[in-house]
Amino acid sequence: MHDMSVHAGQHHAPPTSFIRKHVFSLDHKVIGKQYYALALVAAFIGMFLSWLMRIHLAWNNAAIPGLQLLSKTGAPGGVMTPEYYLQLMTMHGTIMVFFVLTTAPFAAFGNYFLPIQVGAEDMPFPRFNMMSFWVTFTAFLVLMSSFFLGDGPTLGGWTQYAPLNAVGSVAGPGQGLGVVLWMASIALFCVGQLLGSLNFITTTLDLRVKGLSLMRLPLSAWAWFITSCMGLTAFAVLMPACILAILDHVAGTSFFVASNLVINDQIQPHSGGSTLLWQHLFWFFGHPEVYIAIVPGMGIVSHVLLANMRKQMLSQRTLIYSMGALALLSYMVYGHHMFVSGMNPYSSLAFSFPTLVITIPSTIVVLIWTFSLYGSRLRINSASLFALGFISMFVSGGVSGFFLAQPSIDIMLHATYFVVGHFHLVMGVAAMFGIFAGTYFWFPKMTGRMMNETLGKAHFWLSFVGAYCIFMPFHYLGMAGNVRRYASFVDDYLQPLIPVHRFITVAALCTGAAQLIFLYNLIHSRFRGEAAADNPWEATSLEWSTATPPPFDNFGGKHPVVYHDPYQYGVQSSVGDYVMQASPEQVKSDNEEK
Amino acid sequence: MAKFFAVTIIVIAILSAIPILRHTWVAPEDISTHGALIDEQMSETMAEAGISFLAAQFVLAIFIWKFSNPGPDAKLKNFPGGAKGLVIAAILVVGVEVMALGIFGVKAWANVYLTPPSADALPIQVQAGQFAYYFRYAGADGKFGATHPEMINEGTQNIFGLDPEHDVDARDDIIAAEMAIPVNKEVHLLMHTKDVGHSFYVRELRVQQDFVPGLDVSLHFTATKVGKYEIVCTQLCGLGHYNMKAYLEVMSQPDFDNWLKQQAGQ
Amino acid sequence: MRTKKTLLALLIVLVCSSLMFAGTVSGKVTYTGTPVKQKPIDMSKEPSCAKQHATPITNETVVTGPNNGLDNVVVYLSSGAPDDGQVPSQTITYTQKGCQYIPHVLPMHVNQEFEILNDDQTSHNIHPLPKVNTEWNKSQPPGTPPIKEKYDKPEFIPVKCNIHPWMHGWFVVLKTSHYDVSKDGGDFKLPNLPPGKYTITAWHEDYGTQTADVTITGNETKDVNFTFKAKAY
Repeated sequence: MHDMSVHAGQHHAPPTSFIRKHVFSLDHKVIGKQYYALALVAAFIGMFLSWLMRIHLAWNNAAIPGLQLLSKTGAPGGVMTPEYYLQLMTMHGTIMVFFVLTTAPFAAFGNYFLPIQVGAEDMPFPRFNMMSFWVTFTAFLVLMSSFFLGDGPTLGGWTQYAPLNAVGSVAGPGQGLGVVLWMASIALFCVGQLLGSLNFITTTLDLRVKGLSLMRLPLSAWAWFITSCMGLTAFAVLMPACILAILDHVAGTSFFVASNLVINDQIQPHSGGSTLLWQHLFWFFGHPEVYIAIVPGMGIVSHVLLANMRKQMLSQRTLIYSMGALALLSYMVYGHHMFVSGMNPYSSLAFSFPTLVITIPSTIVVLIWTFSLYGSRLRINSASLFALGFISMFVSGGVSGFFLAQPSIDIMLHATYFVVGHFHLVMGVAAMFGIFAGTYFWFPKMTGRMMNETLGKAHFWLSFVGAYCIFMPFHYLGMAGNVRRYASFVDDYLQPLIPVHRFITVAALCTGAAQLIFLYNLIHSRFRGEAAADNPWEATSLEWSTATPPPFDNFGGKHPVVYHDPYQYGVQSSVGDYVMQASPEQVKSDNEEK
Repeated sequence: MAKFFAVTIIVIAILSAIPILRHTWVAPEDISTHGALIDEQMSETMAEAGISFLAAQFVLAIFIWKFSNPGPDAKLKNFPGGAKGLVIAAILVVGVEVMALGIFGVKAWANVYLTPPSADALPIQVQAGQFAYYFRYAGADGKFGATHPEMINEGTQNIFGLDPEHDVDARDDIIAAEMAIPVNKEVHLLMHTKDVGHSFYVRELRVQQDFVPGLDVSLHFTATKVGKYEIVCTQLCGLGHYNMKAYLEVMSQPDFDNWLKQQAGQ
Repeated sequence: MRTKKTLLALLIVLVCSSLMFAGTVSGKVTYTGTPVKQKPIDMSKEPSCAKQHATPITNETVVTGPNNGLDNVVVYLSSGAPDDGQVPSQTITYTQKGCQYIPHVLPMHVNQEFEILNDDQTSHNIHPLPKVNTEWNKSQPPGTPPIKEKYDKPEFIPVKCNIHPWMHGWFVVLKTSHYDVSKDGGDFKLPNLPPGKYTITAWHEDYGTQTADVTITGNETKDVNFTFKAKAY
């Protein structure tokens, strides 16, 4: 093609050996797939753990056949002990938040598509990129290894509050080596994501091809860019926090342990540490982390919706600014996790108002998506269904934020199932729907084969209805005052709520089973799926201008030149109702950004 | 398919709203003097969140119904008013209202946290530990004995680490595993944890506050209704977290005086 | 080789003599002064346990009987005991019933297996706090199999339930099988002692230890009494 500028040389040579090609690969596309595979394995482990927890919550003293094989002390005779419940819960949360919701939408899809969407051959630091995955993978193995400890993994929850995270095994099973492994795993994970973020930021800023101004970047690329800026600052705070916690265990320091604590009638050999210090460090990371999980989903969903609406968003610029505003605000609001933590009550008010302000960019994003549907020619397929489902879930999970942003209401709802429902809908289910939308949309490009649409739609229906059946009742339980993180509900007050828990458990088992359809579709289509064209969705961004699957250097030794805004849909061109970013064809469009 | 999807969204939205409108699962009746403001704040937020939720789901469903798989002659249109109108709507309608909620909510929060307890409030110390609460009343002398963490021994039931042998103030301290308080009298709760983080949550009292190791915090409230209520822990504190609870007994003043006498005799 | 043979011969002689001449030490443990009043335990947070006790039980740090008798004192041979290293084969049990440990003090031989049972409708947690043996911490939901454990070093180990903080007991791991726990007003009895010179130790969880020397010459019963000074607080 005459419009491609000829490029001088390879960024790095294509590998020849199996190991350099598929294992220790420098290719961002292979690394993206490796992240996806890791997230897939982690997601199914996490889901399996949630099944065990749900069964235990609904039928408390029932033996789960075979569970004693997983842990003899954790489940004597198949009956789950309270500590084993908490250990599974901790691992579920950690696996899902870190190894699924951070890796899949951000590290997996971002790695694969960000360089292609900016027209680059690879990331600027391919070795860092490879290291990023393998460090993350090691982090996962370290976390998993704690399952094999004598007293099991840590039971402190994914937030690992101090001083339970620092006093050692005297505070309970898994609180010794289990915590150290958790902290080591997460510190490693942070290193992996810091390396990844560094690559994402430099890719976006330095490797854009000719004609691709920042405002011409697809929304997905913007989302990954914003996310990597958050990642660079958030993980940089969590990593030292984890290291300090490890020192409290192995070096006798007392960063997070106050003086004169008495556990099991033994006075603890620590003094002078601060309990709230951990909470501040953790949530300074923790709140941006929520947006690290959801913003890539917002980008992916916008990207998928645009190709299926066949028209532009009402304003792409407003979407970008809103995502940016969310990222900025995420650092000013973290204290809303700590309203009743014992921090100064005036701080609670100070954190409350920025939290309420978050409603504004969130509402703008939802309104732009929804009202962009107006007058569109919406195509319904698995990808667009999940993208639309994302909007519905994001709204449902978002409105409960109105409550939790207010300290006075938080007095009633803090640490109840209301919070569990809130974050599962908004950062769990919505983010998962973003991952699914991205998978159904990009699978053809990544593998050269189409996914099965019938199975995809079945997967969508069961997941959409199922997720609501699971997580809406959580809100009701929370409003009634059902406290979270309880291994069983022994209080008189909670007994009448157990039928609701049983309903949720049944819904969770069914919805989880529906994910096996997805797994089957993914594996089956990978090998037996219909062959995919280069641009099956008639989409516009650069990933669709190259071959399917893309060659080693993404564009066959050439650099594309960008002539258009990313989403020129609903125009008259020689190929149809769209014109690709890399096509020099002049079309009449009233939507081009100035 | 798309029309079915639109209907599903609407059905889910309505079904989700029904238990809220019918008050199927709600917090138990408030028994505190400060709780009414919290409840009011809650129901106002519910109204706004509920309307936003239903409106957003309905509009989404209607647009999906209307604009999916159109005929070949369907013309692309843009929403009249465009993005600018939506941004203004988001800021004016949702933003301002939510901020207003927040500002009104300050009063409910201030009632609990930004006002000092009255001088004649009854001081009660609560000590949380893995996995039980213990309560201490100052006894006849009105003074709490000093605590010595190194003397804490649950086996001998020296829960607070008192030293009655050398400390006269500690001798008449009353220690109980349940919390009795007189009705309509302000209680000043001095919160201390001996080990890790815990929390003090009484649904009926509209009170929840974490215990912070190394930092004693306090709370004050007045109960208005005689009865027995559960105090539960809401901060993950270890394997027995689910079972960490105590009972709050709100009594008439004479009953409370008797209870104290009886406890002192043990 | 020779020493081994000699030892073996000695052992046979000892075993035979112990069968023929079995002395007994018996006596009574008492206290002087006024022991601190044991506090009633409020189990209201665990109703299934609370209803098993018509009147609230008290803590069991100091359990007294008539005539100043002191129970729950472990009396054992601390030296001179012909410990043949033979671990008693019978399994001893430690039961959790009504949110109380039964018995409060469980003496055992080094390496002797013991079983922990949960007779309650609630989950229990057993957290012994040894300093020299290996520490473990296990929960036992109702209806699950007994926990089987043993300790390989002698030690006095406090036992706690991490779910019910008032539950408190002791594992006393001894290098002898000649032990007894005083009961029914301080009575104890150490039978089947072969002739020899022994040191007998009496151990109480709050009042500490006392020792007495005793010589058994034949088939006789020696009377040994211990008196502890009670603490007022």
